[in-house]
Amino acid sequence: MSVDARAIALADEPRAERAEWLVFLRRLSTRRTALFGLAVVVLVVITAVAAPVLSPFDPIEQDLGDLRLKAPGFRDAAGRLHPLGTDHLGRDLLARVIYGARPALMVGFAAVVISGVIGMMTGLVSGYFGGRVDDVLMRLADIQLAFPFILLAIAVIGVLGPSLKTIIAVIGVSSWVVYARIVRSAVLSLREREFVQAALALGSGDGRVLIRHILPNALTPWLVVATLDMARVIVIESALSFLGLGVQPPTPTWGGMLADGRVYISTAWWLATFPGLAILVTVLGINLFGDGLRDTLDPRLKV
Amino acid sequence: MRTFLLRRLWQSLVVLLGVSFVVFLILHLTGDPALVLLSPEATPEDVRRFREAMGFNDPFIVQYWRFLAGALRGDFGQSVRHGEPAFGLVVERMPATFELAGAALLLALVLSIPAGIVSAVRRNTALDYVSTVIALLGQSMPTFWLGIMLILLLSVQLQLLPSSGRGGLEHLILPAVTLGLFTTARITRLTRSGMLEVLNQDYIRTARAKGVSDPPVVWKHALKNAAIPIVTIVGIELGTLLGGSVITETIFAWPGVGRLSVQAIYNRDYPVVQASVFLLATTFVVVNLLVDLIYTYLDPRIRLTR
Repeated sequence: MSVDARAIALADEPRAERAEWLVFLRRLSTRRTALFGLAVVVLVVITAVAAPVLSPFDPIEQDLGDLRLKAPGFRDAAGRLHPLGTDHLGRDLLARVIYGARPALMVGFAAVVISGVIGMMTGLVSGYFGGRVDDVLMRLADIQLAFPFILLAIAVIGVLGPSLKTIIAVIGVSSWVVYARIVRSAVLSLREREFVQAALALGSGDGRVLIRHILPNALTPWLVVATLDMARVIVIESALSFLGLGVQPPTPTWGGMLADGRVYISTAWWLATFPGLAILVTVLGINLFGDGLRDTLDPRLKV
Repeated sequence: MRTFLLRRLWQSLVVLLGVSFVVFLILHLTGDPALVLLSPEATPEDVRRFREAMGFNDPFIVQYWRFLAGALRGDFGQSVRHGEPAFGLVVERMPATFELAGAALLLALVLSIPAGIVSAVRRNTALDYVSTVIALLGQSMPTFWLGIMLILLLSVQLQLLPSSGRGGLEHLILPAVTLGLFTTARITRLTRSGMLEVLNQDYIRTARAKGVSDPPVVWKHALKNAAIPIVTIVGIELGTLLGGSVITETIFAWPGVGRLSVQAIYNRDYPVVQASVFLLATTFVVVNLLVDLIYTYLDPRIRLTR
């Protein structure tokens, strides 16, 4: 008897079934800009993964002889082409741009996972339990938001010393607020829905209701925020490298290359131009895909 | 209304208290503030004496209390580098940062609101596409790259505008454009989507059906309601601008708080870092408090729901 009641009560629960996924994919595939964005992102990921195969030169090997600051299209003594020219230490710029995708994507992905998980948990708890817990968590969010992000990040990294792990940790720990807010508002409305009320009435505990019934339905806005936030994190990673507080040389980073390029701005325009283009293209691709994802999943989402 | 005011004020105070705690924590991240503050050449004896003199051996809460009491009096300690009170150094640079952030915000509003409105009203026309693409590029372009490219083009190649320093209007143009582009892009997109939403609502259709011609519909009915999210985001964008000033000021050698704090971090001059972070965060909190008060006037519903 009780089994029947449960089956009936839970019948209206929206489930992410296969059919729904197919509908979603079909709708997404009609958005050309989103597909273009996705293609760009996939290309950048392939570039990062296959960097050793794709790169024509070693990105770190220096040549202080006659290879310094050569313009794009330069052919060296051995007849090898340097399509994007070379930098002030005689390193091939294309190779460095290709390898630069690695720290950018690594930081972008790892930081988004960390802040996404923290934000998801905070948002779930805050929205579901409400009251005091909610007050405290949302004040914490306000405190977090009050800081000029870059300034706080460079202050903390300045104290701890720059490294890949520190950067990921600092960005990850301090970017949870957007996720928490969007998940919280989703939970606030989900909490009142019949399938949640039914699950509670049938004796499911808070934990079970949160994980089994609310979380899957709050994933949609979370995913959109995560995608768009990845673009922001990649810009921040580059900004930190630009200021000398990112992944340290000789590892090539787009921001670090830009900082070098700034020094040689009046003599070697290509040094600052190409790494910046790489950032722009990557971030644009992610933004286009994220926008398309949002418009497909939930056009009313304010992110 | 009064209770709303008091509650909002109380919230701001709590946030500022939290801010002060985080700023205090910056020095304690590694576990030993003495090692952070002293140069690496300091002998163990120096470190011990310094620790004693600065009270770093006291209980944590006592140290925080001392920091907070100092911060409230504007005392963040002496700048290691300049030998002056850190607070004074930062306050001196505030006008330059406000000038830059203000110019960037003004530029953003002047460009983005008309662009957003035109985009929404003339939806799916060439104008809309151009503005949408520019906004998208603006949102995806890293500030520091834009700054460098502007210097390359307008200062190095064409020699039209100075690439660094603060002075007349010609000094302000490049940094303000650089800093303001992201905000311009964001507000353009927000204005467009806000206007589209409002333009689809019943009362607009009613106004149109009653024969009110297009421009008054847009100005009197739609914009007033689309303005609410725009006012909200202006407060939040100020945070972006203050944060962004760190990068922009560094690129253009603009003598503001952002550049001062980046140099302070390179010099391990942490009293200055703490004072900068604290003052910029305080500015942000105060401005957002004001913004909230402004929009309770624009949208009385907010007083009830918050």
